[in-house]
Amino acid sequence: MLSFIIRRTIYAIIAMWAVSVISFVIINLPAGDFVTTYIATQAATGNVILADEAENLRDVYGLNDPIYVQYVKWITRIVRGELGFSFEFNAPVRQVIEQNLANTLLLALGSVVFIWIVGIPIGIYSAVKQYSPGDYVATFLGFLGLGIPDFLIALVVAYLVFDHFGILLTGLYSAEYLTAPWSFGKALDLAQHLVLPVIILGTAGTASLIRIMRANLLDELKKPYVTTARAKGVTEWQLIMKYPVRYALNPVLSLTAYILPFLISGSVVLSYVLDLPTVGRDFLRALTAQDIYLSGAIILGTGWLTIIGTFFSDLLLAWVDPRIRLEGD
Amino acid sequence: MTTETATDQTTEQPRGLDADPVISVRDLETHFFTDEGVVRAVDGVNFDVHPGTTMGIVGESGCGKSITAKSILQIVEAPGRIVNGEIQYRRQSGEAVNLLDYPANSGRMRAIRGGEISMIFQEPMTSFSSLHTFGNQIDEALKLHTNLSKDERFELAVDWLARVGIPNPSQRMHEYPFRFSGGQLQRAMIAMAMCTNPKVLIADEPTTALDVTTQAQILDLLQRMQEENDMAIVFITHDLGVIAEIADEVTVMYLGKVVESGPVNDFFDAPLHPYSRALLTSIPSMFTGSRERLPSISGSIPHPQNRPSGCAFHPRCQSFINGVCDIREPNLVSVNEEQDVSCFLYED
Repeated sequence: MLSFIIRRTIYAIIAMWAVSVISFVIINLPAGDFVTTYIATQAATGNVILADEAENLRDVYGLNDPIYVQYVKWITRIVRGELGFSFEFNAPVRQVIEQNLANTLLLALGSVVFIWIVGIPIGIYSAVKQYSPGDYVATFLGFLGLGIPDFLIALVVAYLVFDHFGILLTGLYSAEYLTAPWSFGKALDLAQHLVLPVIILGTAGTASLIRIMRANLLDELKKPYVTTARAKGVTEWQLIMKYPVRYALNPVLSLTAYILPFLISGSVVLSYVLDLPTVGRDFLRALTAQDIYLSGAIILGTGWLTIIGTFFSDLLLAWVDPRIRLEGD
Repeated sequence: MTTETATDQTTEQPRGLDADPVISVRDLETHFFTDEGVVRAVDGVNFDVHPGTTMGIVGESGCGKSITAKSILQIVEAPGRIVNGEIQYRRQSGEAVNLLDYPANSGRMRAIRGGEISMIFQEPMTSFSSLHTFGNQIDEALKLHTNLSKDERFELAVDWLARVGIPNPSQRMHEYPFRFSGGQLQRAMIAMAMCTNPKVLIADEPTTALDVTTQAQILDLLQRMQEENDMAIVFITHDLGVIAEIADEVTVMYLGKVVESGPVNDFFDAPLHPYSRALLTSIPSMFTGSRERLPSISGSIPHPQNRPSGCAFHPRCQSFINGVCDIREPNLVSVNEEQDVSCFLYED
């Protein structure tokens, strides 16, 4: 088990390094550099920056160094938590991200919980009652959920709710709580506002989890160990929950790591449509404004989140599956 | 290994081939309802299992022998369904019941399944869950079929592991099945089936996946278990050598039907059905020349959807009677006190 953890840690570090290189490349892809952009923005407000002043700035920011030196300086600053400056928000990148990080994680985690609570039981039912009317309904709804983009569902739902109840389904806080300090009332208000975005953001994930769970379980239900348990006189539901469902859940556990960053990037358009204060919404703004430090930090952050998530889900998988845990002992 | 036979032991209940059968299967039909049509996997099967003896069910792959075994416990998987027949079972209490009167998932059926009638399977390596310890899986059987406390169940399970010859039994209880060898797992599965003191053990090709040495050990173990626990065994196999070793009586199946049944000695000395004879002549013998071609049964097993008319064996039969075998179906009839056969050669 220890060798397993050490091996996974090394893999994770290598992957994080690779992601950081890719993010750095992306940040440096647009023509010109940070100073060019700076000159352009200053020029737009009427300030003219002279050539030697620009050169001076390039020296300060190390833009004349070889590319690998620039990378080392950049990654060192990132690790120290200095993420650069966002021109679009006119604030440090770190401050921009931190502002909406809690909302973003709340929305993503809420969706994961929703996906699990809805997707797993329906998936189990669909597999055990294969080709039953319930299975067909679940399959049909599943494909609908997969096929319709989140933002379209959001638009339709927001329109219907506004049209029928006159409630504006945007934002995460009511106006009276927006700047208010945290209280029970504010938390309740937030929870109410979160319900719909969580469900909408979770539809695609739920639909695919239903399909995955159903397929996994259908495979497992045919395995000899199920027949052995049945021959012992265990009731059908008990044996299904104890054996094949346990087997079918393992791959689902490792999938959760991928769901999380997918939800954060998936929330981009949804947040825009519903005006949710999330990192995803800021990401879209940063991309359209070519705010490279902010977008780079978000790309890097999402990438690292995936790797860390995978690392933890591997540990979780090893913890529940003795075949992995005892490997190499 | 003791050499005493089952009938040497004295017990209160009558046993042996002359005693009333513990299981009587009558006209059992188990069909599979597939998209391509109905497959009559078990198509009117009859046999008796006598207390304390071993009934060997022989046949080629796909002849319905495993489905017959699963039908007794009503654990046939969909789209298979028992459509007809009776499975008379004499309970521990002496009460005779038709198992097919009990719905497959009813409490009464589940009390018998794994309690009074246990089953062991062909592939020990995949017949256990790798995510649960062996102890957890044997305890499940004990929890369902005994009223013992947790500690008593553990003691009993350890005791059974020791009896089937697994070293360090109390330590193995906490281990996962993938840490056992194939032979050990088959022993463990026998312990799991035996720990509830069943009256009947159904063994579905328990030695097929094992190497020959381990096979012999498992057969010895099963015979010892039978003697020690006064239990009937239904032994399913395609291996006639195994039948010769372990069975008291034989039922030969072909395409879902019984073609011959009788005591094991009669079967080997004087097989009646042309299929039985063909099977026996295709076994290599000590006296076969080394370069000689082994006789084989001509043709191959028909596709289950495409069953021949009349006697299903007629296209491959050496004694085929034109105009009879391909038109009418023979019935299982007694030719003497012990042997039954389903063939027009023996019908008047």
